[in-house]
Amino acid sequence: MSEVSLRRSPAFRVGLSIAVATGLYGVSFGALGVAAGLSVLQTIALSLLMFTGGSQFAFIGVIAGGGSGAAAAAAATLLGVRNAVYGMQLNALLGPRGWRRFAAAQITIDESTATASGQSEHLEQRRGFWTAGLGVFVLWNIFTAVGALAGDALGDPKQWGLDGAAVAAFLGLLWPRLKGREPAAIAVVCALATVLAVPFLPPGVPILVAAVVAAVLGWVSHARSASGRAMEMEGLEPDLDPYRHREEGQ
Amino acid sequence: MTLWVWIIGASVAAYAVKLLGYLVPRRWMDNERMTRIAGTMTIGLLASLTAVNALGTGQALAIDARLGSLVASAVALLLRAPFLVVVIVGAAVAAGLRLLGWG
Repeated sequence: MSEVSLRRSPAFRVGLSIAVATGLYGVSFGALGVAAGLSVLQTIALSLLMFTGGSQFAFIGVIAGGGSGAAAAAAATLLGVRNAVYGMQLNALLGPRGWRRFAAAQITIDESTATASGQSEHLEQRRGFWTAGLGVFVLWNIFTAVGALAGDALGDPKQWGLDGAAVAAFLGLLWPRLKGREPAAIAVVCALATVLAVPFLPPGVPILVAAVVAAVLGWVSHARSASGRAMEMEGLEPDLDPYRHREEGQ
Repeated sequence: MTLWVWIIGASVAAYAVKLLGYLVPRRWMDNERMTRIAGTMTIGLLASLTAVNALGTGQALAIDARLGSLVASAVALLLRAPFLVVVIVGAAVAAGLRLLGWG
């Protein structure tokens, strides 16, 4: 159990590569934020303050569809609930104390959780979490600003297909969570519920209807299954696997 | 101006939810049913946002170039394209279809 130096640490390297890959797609968030009708500054504020990709996309997705700020905030908050579960896991894993706990909370996202929980040694878990979390934070914010300024310069977002890019972004966020038949069934039911609700409710509200449907499905299917933890974690495995290429790479 | 209020409010809520995981006693959160619901809600919200952005126009449904983006991005994901490529494919297909005069 000898300690490896930071430069040779696998968690540090993986954290850095995740930070670059994820940070880069901050460009798409920046451009889509402006296309949704937010100002450049508002788009940048979301990345800096909210800093959880799924919720940020949810916020601008609701606004783009003509929804109210309240509906956007509700959808973003509900999509962020999984971060509380990540926080609990990381607290057990790393147990940050003092001010570090408050800093750790802000960078508790899919990427930092996945990088930390993919390691077995305590030091590597800690390095993985902070490298991925801080790395994504810095790059995500830089590239959000780049995307927002570029989007602002582009003019008509529709001409550039940015509304189509938003559709692709949401499907891309959903896709890795569709492992198995039940998550796929939940996704289909919620998409259908949304489409059926659109003509009858103010914009943005159908998304909250889908959240309620999903919560009820979770409640019912939990009650039905007396079985183990595999099912319970569906949708909560972070939306990426930082160690996917590790075996091949070494 | 009011949008700023919701941006700040939602950001405070996002931070509070993250911090909750670190502060509450473990047994509160280590509840299988709550974990399960957090998971299904994540899937449900992302599926709903996909549907609304592909088909919704205010309070109406519309079939236009965005449907092409949905299909093309699904194909890109099946081919294991990285996230940024998927997003670019989505934009390119919608822009291309409009150039051809559809949607």
